Amino acid sequence: MNTACYTPESTIIAGVNVHLHDTGDVNEDVKGLVSSAEDYTTVGNPFVESPRMKCREVSVDYSGKRAVFGVSLDIARNEVIAMIGPSGCGKSTFLRCLNRMNDTIPGCTVSGSITLDGMDIYDRKVDVVPLRAMVGMVFQKPNPFPKSIYDNIAYGPRIHGLAGSRSELDALVEDSLRKAGLWDEVKDQLDKPGTMLSGGQQQRLCIARTIAVSPEVILMDEPCSALDPIATARVEELIEELRDNYSIVIVTHSMQQAARVSQRTAYFHMGWLVEVGETDQIFTNPRHKLTENYITGRFG
Amino acid sequence: MSPGVSYTFHRQIDKLFQEFIALGAMVEERVRRACDIIQSGDMEAARELVRTDYQVDEAEIDIEEECLKILALYQPVARDLRLVITIIKTNNEIERIADYAASLAQRAASDASPSSAPDFPELLAEYREMSDKVIAMFTRSLDALAHQDADLAHEIFHLDDQVDHHRNRAYRTVIEEIPRHPERAERLVNLYILARHLERIADRATNIAEEVIYLVEGEITRI
Repeated sequence: MNTACYTPESTIIAGVNVHLHDTGDVNEDVKGLVSSAEDYTTVGNPFVESPRMKCREVSVDYSGKRAVFGVSLDIARNEVIAMIGPSGCGKSTFLRCLNRMNDTIPGCTVSGSITLDGMDIYDRKVDVVPLRAMVGMVFQKPNPFPKSIYDNIAYGPRIHGLAGSRSELDALVEDSLRKAGLWDEVKDQLDKPGTMLSGGQQQRLCIARTIAVSPEVILMDEPCSALDPIATARVEELIEELRDNYSIVIVTHSMQQAARVSQRTAYFHMGWLVEVGETDQIFTNPRHKLTENYITGRFG
Repeated sequence: MSPGVSYTFHRQIDKLFQEFIALGAMVEERVRRACDIIQSGDMEAARELVRTDYQVDEAEIDIEEECLKILALYQPVARDLRLVITIIKTNNEIERIADYAASLAQRAASDASPSSAPDFPELLAEYREMSDKVIAMFTRSLDALAHQDADLAHEIFHLDDQVDHHRNRAYRTVIEEIPRHPERAERLVNLYILARHLERIADRATNIAEEVIYLVEGEITRI
């Protein structure tokens, strides 16, 4: 009698204690759920080889109230990683740590370390303006500037001095709009206001605006929640295309979207990162009881 | 999935699972009856089993349609997804087992011994033992499914080897008996086909057990 077992992914790590191990112990014999609903220790390997961003023991407090508890997670190069979890689980708060958007919130303190290509982004000497160009952000509601389509894209490169001449700027605007899959739709109306575009087009305009300043990482906070299914599908295709050149971190409440667009998924619960793993594994065979409860709709 | 949708979904999936387990119980009873017919050669009972096979087909189609509806409407994930996939796959196995039961009954009764001709008691004794093991495998695989118990599913695999052993012995007996009773060659061939059908039921019970392991442990297993 031959028994052949195929595991969807071979590096499932049970109960990695991220305080002690940087790579965890691989236990390929793990079957089914390995963590109870009471245990918030991260299940799965949160680390990758040669990460673009490295987050270690990141905690966030809002006026003394802790919102994120000691999250350690790598963001790989050329990956889409989805952050999922119920409202208030800390996923958006953690996302905003990645380009210091929390700096603007009074009473918010971030501890731990986050590096981008080895650079500590919370170092006192780091200027957040170029940081936010390198780690761009796309928000839930499309927020084009009240300017022309052209100027929406050209604004960032101008203030960052990325184009030496008008022709260079024109090329950069076209390239950004092409990468965002919007060029063919707007090339004849670049002088029209960005706000006249449809919701889906506005969101792609915002993505083009982010791309225009040559980011390394793009953060997306519910980028499709204000869009209809067709515009959503277009943005999801775009995310897949952008993965060739950027790392993308996406927060979404749509489990199907997380499953469709990402290669890894991180599940947050009450401010803790309780599970991270290959997206296929998370959605077919989650290891943490809390992940299973959430994605199968048993709470949340 | 919002809590409201989730409640409707989980109610539907619970109902589907109950219907599916009821189908399993119906087919289990039909396999028992078919095994009795092997021994009794009761033509009337065989006809009844064949005549009512449509009930299994109808229940199987209803369950498959319900699974497709749940997949389309709710896009289940994780254990819920594995449960729906397990039901779709084992639903088909159970329907095929019912087909084997009907075929077993038909063949067993079709040319059972006229009173003057030998009816190979040695083979029938072999089949009694083999039937008990096949029924035990099928029953345990259904129990494992009903209780979503991977340990119980693992327990049935060793019985499959024993069933194969019975089939091999039946084969040798038939080969030996044909030259002795050439006038009953057709009956002997039919008797060997019964062993094949019983073995196939055991194989499909094994498939069901493999699906239970996938359902519980999330690992695709092939024995």
